Amino acid sequence: MLSPVILVPAVINGLMAGAVYALVALGLTLIYGVLHIINFAHGALLTAAMFAAFFAFTLFGIDPYLTAIVLTPLFFGTGYALQRFIIGPAAHGEDRGFLLVTLGLAVVIENTLLYFFRADTRTINLPYAFDVIEIGPAFVAVPRVIAFAAVIAVAIGLWAFMHWTDTGKAIRAVAKEKLGAELCGINVAHIYGVTFGVGAACVAIAACLLIPTYYVNPTAGEAFVLIAFTIVVLGGMGSIPGALLGGLCVGVVESVSSIFLGQSLGQIGIFIMFIAVLLARPSGLFGARL
Amino acid sequence: MSRWPFRLSRRKFLRSTALGATAAAGFLHAPAILRAQSAAAKIGVLHPVSGALSYSGQQGRLGATIAIDDINAAGGIKALGGAKFDPMLGDAQSTPDGGNAEVEKMNAAGVCAIVGGYASAICLAASQTAARYDLPYVVDVGVVDSIVTRGLKNTFRFGPGFGVIAKTALDNLVAINDQAGKPAKTVMIVHEDSAFGAGLAKLLNTQLPDRGFQVLETVPHPTPTREFENVVLKIKAQNPDLVIPANYYNEYVLLARTMQQQRVRPKGIYSVLGGAASSYKFVKEFPEAAQYIMDCNHWFDPKNPKAMDLKKRVEDKGQFYTYEVYMNYSCILLLADAIGRAGGTDRAKITDALAGSTFSGHLMPYGPTKFIDGQNQGAAPVNTQVLANDIQVILPAQFASARPVFPIPPA
Repeated sequence: MLSPVILVPAVINGLMAGAVYALVALGLTLIYGVLHIINFAHGALLTAAMFAAFFAFTLFGIDPYLTAIVLTPLFFGTGYALQRFIIGPAAHGEDRGFLLVTLGLAVVIENTLLYFFRADTRTINLPYAFDVIEIGPAFVAVPRVIAFAAVIAVAIGLWAFMHWTDTGKAIRAVAKEKLGAELCGINVAHIYGVTFGVGAACVAIAACLLIPTYYVNPTAGEAFVLIAFTIVVLGGMGSIPGALLGGLCVGVVESVSSIFLGQSLGQIGIFIMFIAVLLARPSGLFGARL
Repeated sequence: MSRWPFRLSRRKFLRSTALGATAAAGFLHAPAILRAQSAAAKIGVLHPVSGALSYSGQQGRLGATIAIDDINAAGGIKALGGAKFDPMLGDAQSTPDGGNAEVEKMNAAGVCAIVGGYASAICLAASQTAARYDLPYVVDVGVVDSIVTRGLKNTFRFGPGFGVIAKTALDNLVAINDQAGKPAKTVMIVHEDSAFGAGLAKLLNTQLPDRGFQVLETVPHPTPTREFENVVLKIKAQNPDLVIPANYYNEYVLLARTMQQQRVRPKGIYSVLGGAASSYKFVKEFPEAAQYIMDCNHWFDPKNPKAMDLKKRVEDKGQFYTYEVYMNYSCILLLADAIGRAGGTDRAKITDALAGSTFSGHLMPYGPTKFIDGQNQGAAPVNTQVLANDIQVILPAQFASARPVFPIPPA
């Protein structure tokens, strides 16, 4: 069972799957790290984006990877508007307010999708979805390789954005010291909106990367968000490298444990690891740096 | 959260009670209507047309509605003075709860019988609920044996159950393997983890060793699953001679395609009730992944002109002639015959008529219908194999259109 013929492909599969988890977690960790909002609507946004990518393909024949180009700014705008005009004003800056508002949003989005598209599980068939690239003993599906590369690029881009642009610095300033940032002339409400928008944009990209190899139904996003929360805690709240590495770790653990424990029990490995990290290193692998 | 649609909202409650009241009012006036004209026979047609099993459910509904249209177009139920079928289409939403909710609605609407269910888990729940109202229930596909062993008087299964299917499948497997010089000794089972797949896997695990096969591993997976790479890796590691999948359509296709993608080629893929293994849709869309797959499954009688005529009509509509279509078509004909002999829409009389049915005008290779404890005794599956982009019957000999190709020739 432990032969490299099995283990190597399982680890590679895990890395590929983990990359997409990481991207979902990146959006979540950013929103948490800066806004201190636990965004319960993250999964619903992911589902909405998956539906958008699904219909772009089935109705107009647009490749999901091209859809990402349109969907990313669209979701950035949506995220910005949600935070600026709904979540921010409705929550009155209270933690429990944020919690309830984002939870409410999730319910509204999911049930709207359910109303319009029913509970059907839908998939798309891309002509190249089953093409493979040989990596050592493993045959890896092309869409997974694309997803992996895209996530690494997005993570590096996001890290660069946070470190080298004025907006990125402003986001970090708000995260560290909100009042001080405001006194320096940073428009905090705007930065909140931008951060939420970036989080939503991450989700839009993740959806376009997922849809070629996954299915969509009105609750498809939930599975990812539960894992993404684990990754955020594992990698350290608000840490971009933490989310990326945490995501990859979780992917590998899930893949390898599903080999040993079976498909239905594969996720147990993730939560065992999660509890172990919480016990041994409660601040996560990368602490709470940003 | 996914359970919310089943919750009764104020509006739904008002609507359903209003419906119930209307139905009750209609019921009270029924004799007057009966005198005025031949009443329509209201029947429930229940399938999972949304959710994970939606494709199979829609196919089932297609078969049932074609049969109803055929009967109505040919002048309705003759014994009832040309009464037309009035179908009430229900969506079980791929869950037992959804099936129950629809049975309740159908009962309230005053149907005289229900046909359908498709998945074993839905059939079990829906027929039990129907039994509370003494509502005759004809199971279209659901194969779990407990469907007919619970002593429910209202439940009739036209098709074969697990016991018969598994026995036929194993007998035929041994025959095919012996004929080829016994190349297959080891087996791996991949099954979905609900009543159907898990039940079948358990059965195979006890029966295969007695017939000289060694089960290397049994791999369960949930429905829906969108990733079979790890399952296929396990198959690669164990390197079994035979892979036996037991799952529904989407997962079956995905498993076969992933095996093709990962270049895993056992000596044979032999399914028992494979969700896609004898589906024209699968063969047409992914001919390479489907090639040489063998299946022991429901299949129409290829020598029956009515079955071939329906095949042509379904294909002319741009649909695939899958087993859900002809099983449901046959079940509606069976019910129409029973209602005719019952002489009306009285539930108890229809139940009695079904129990004594000798109906033989269906599309299946079963012979005349004969129910013992709700199970049609003549019902049996056949073996098929995908050969040259078509599905051929390879066993039993009297229906066979090709000889089995086993083991799979090297690529």
